[in-house]
Amino acid sequence: MNFDLSEEHQLIRETVREFAEREIKPVAQELDEKAEFSTTLTKRMGELGLFGMYLPEKYGGQGLDTLSYIIAVEELARIDGSQAATLAAHNSLGIGPLYYYGTEEQKLKYLPRLCSGEALWSFGLTEPGAGSDSRGSKTTAEIQDDEWVINGSKIFITNGASDINMGCTVQAVSGEKDGKKQFTTILVDGDTKGFKRVPMHNKMMWRASDTAELFFDDVRVPKANLLGEIGQGSKIMLATLDAGRLSIAAMGLGAAQGAYELALAYAKERKQFGQPISKFQINSFKLADMAMKIELARNLLYKACWLKDEGRPFGLESAMAKLYCSEIAKEVADEAVQLHGGYGLMKDYAVERFYRDQRLLQIGEGTSEIQRLVISRYIGC
Amino acid sequence: MKILVLIGNVPDTTTKIKFNADNTAIDASGVQWIINPWDELALTRAIELKEAHGAAIEKIVVANVGRSETEATLRKALAVGADEAIRIDADPLDALYVATQLAAVAADYDLILAGIENADYNGTAVGGMLAELLNRKSVSAVSGIDLEGDLLKISREIDGGAQQLSMSLPLLAVVQKGIAKEPRIPAMRGIMMARKKPLNVIAAADAEALTAFEYFELPPAKAACKMVEEDQAASLIRILHEEAKVL
Repeated sequence: MNFDLSEEHQLIRETVREFAEREIKPVAQELDEKAEFSTTLTKRMGELGLFGMYLPEKYGGQGLDTLSYIIAVEELARIDGSQAATLAAHNSLGIGPLYYYGTEEQKLKYLPRLCSGEALWSFGLTEPGAGSDSRGSKTTAEIQDDEWVINGSKIFITNGASDINMGCTVQAVSGEKDGKKQFTTILVDGDTKGFKRVPMHNKMMWRASDTAELFFDDVRVPKANLLGEIGQGSKIMLATLDAGRLSIAAMGLGAAQGAYELALAYAKERKQFGQPISKFQINSFKLADMAMKIELARNLLYKACWLKDEGRPFGLESAMAKLYCSEIAKEVADEAVQLHGGYGLMKDYAVERFYRDQRLLQIGEGTSEIQRLVISRYIGC
Repeated sequence: MKILVLIGNVPDTTTKIKFNADNTAIDASGVQWIINPWDELALTRAIELKEAHGAAIEKIVVANVGRSETEATLRKALAVGADEAIRIDADPLDALYVATQLAAVAADYDLILAGIENADYNGTAVGGMLAELLNRKSVSAVSGIDLEGDLLKISREIDGGAQQLSMSLPLLAVVQKGIAKEPRIPAMRGIMMARKKPLNVIAAADAEALTAFEYFELPPAKAACKMVEEDQAASLIRILHEEAKVL
């Protein structure tokens, strides 16, 4: 067994950390306060090659492995959840399905631009009435005159409505088979008539990431915009979420790491009763627990990545990693605020942002409850 | 034209330095190693020159005297944009030793760039010594460098101003801050390409170190900071006068 990261993974970590420290950290608080999506930072991520990291070069990717990508998300989340969200969603939900299920023509048409950071693509799954119960989707797609006609709406769609959004992979009900709804995924370009993208405001967390509501009103796209096969929608969705879970886990791990580092630094500096508060056992034990949880989370997540990179099943481990990393992010951020005392409640202290940003992670891309359901099915309950 | 950039492998500048048991060397455990910041700027400028002048610059090579654990640092230099790397397999004992090792590989290069100091032991002598060993002209404290035809336009910071020079190749320039705006962050593509770029390991030449470290000392711990309430100006003046004795 070898737990050492390769020299290359190490260099990727240092590189993304440098980018996050140098270019994201100075603006993170302001973007959060203004709830402003940054196309500048998104373009920089593209320049550095953070989009499509695991794709071959011919599609504009970098030919790296899953672990490289996960390390990149982790390092951004260590500084800012919003930017990590942009990166994770675009890679896992925007680029992922196109790469895994697109035809060669579709890949060459979309992927190079999406990998460059010039344009973003979203994945339309959740609906106002269909969250954990994704089979409750009401958005429909039917073929009329050799075109798909789509009607319905989607909600909470990351990267769905910014100025550089180029379109969406939408999951829709395309019919019924054996009394069951049949789902199909279809590519919808942003400028298609009847397709409306509306940014959602007043979020508690990820305020500098772009979240959208999407409306489809008799949207017509060519039949060739079918992604995968008719009726393959559920499979594509489930596979996309399996991989997406790794990136949400990475966001949890990175958020925990960032909050822990802030807490440790603060506890060593802040003096009460004549000594640094890190010297009080109740605080040092909290920090020790944080360090332990982060170590466990990282080992679990990297193992899931390793399984995926080895081409082995990783669904169970990715659900476990998503659940564990997001839950420890909550615990660590909570104690990190506690260690900051009153200052932890002030927006001038980054830990306050970490406390808010982590809260999505137990909800998005499968709630903690759904992860437990997934795990319990894997273990045969 | 071929450019050689000398690369020091130093602890990250935010590292809390500890020494080994007899205080004769840095305790390397848990230390994050980086490209010496001045060398990183030199490399950045070399890459900028190559980008601006294309064919005039045939290649950029980075060189380091160190053991295999310094290869990660060289690999980063390759990821940032150097074309090849050379590692001379030896412990960098002192400045003359390092310069002697580098002299064995540096003669072919038209322009050699060395950082003005090393962030680990504050060494400053390798660049100058290497120029001497190669019997080549050198210029120090360079804060700007550009190529104009066959000549290098060089600016140096001098007391109270700047000096502009025009120099011919071959040349060794010892560079300082200002030579490039800020170091580059490598792109993922660069990291992938670095894997395929040559990193040549060369056996050390016979050479002797003329100096040896006896021991190191850490600076005394900083005295506690004394806070004075904002409306207590008189008290601040008294403390500065009587205790700190700076007034």
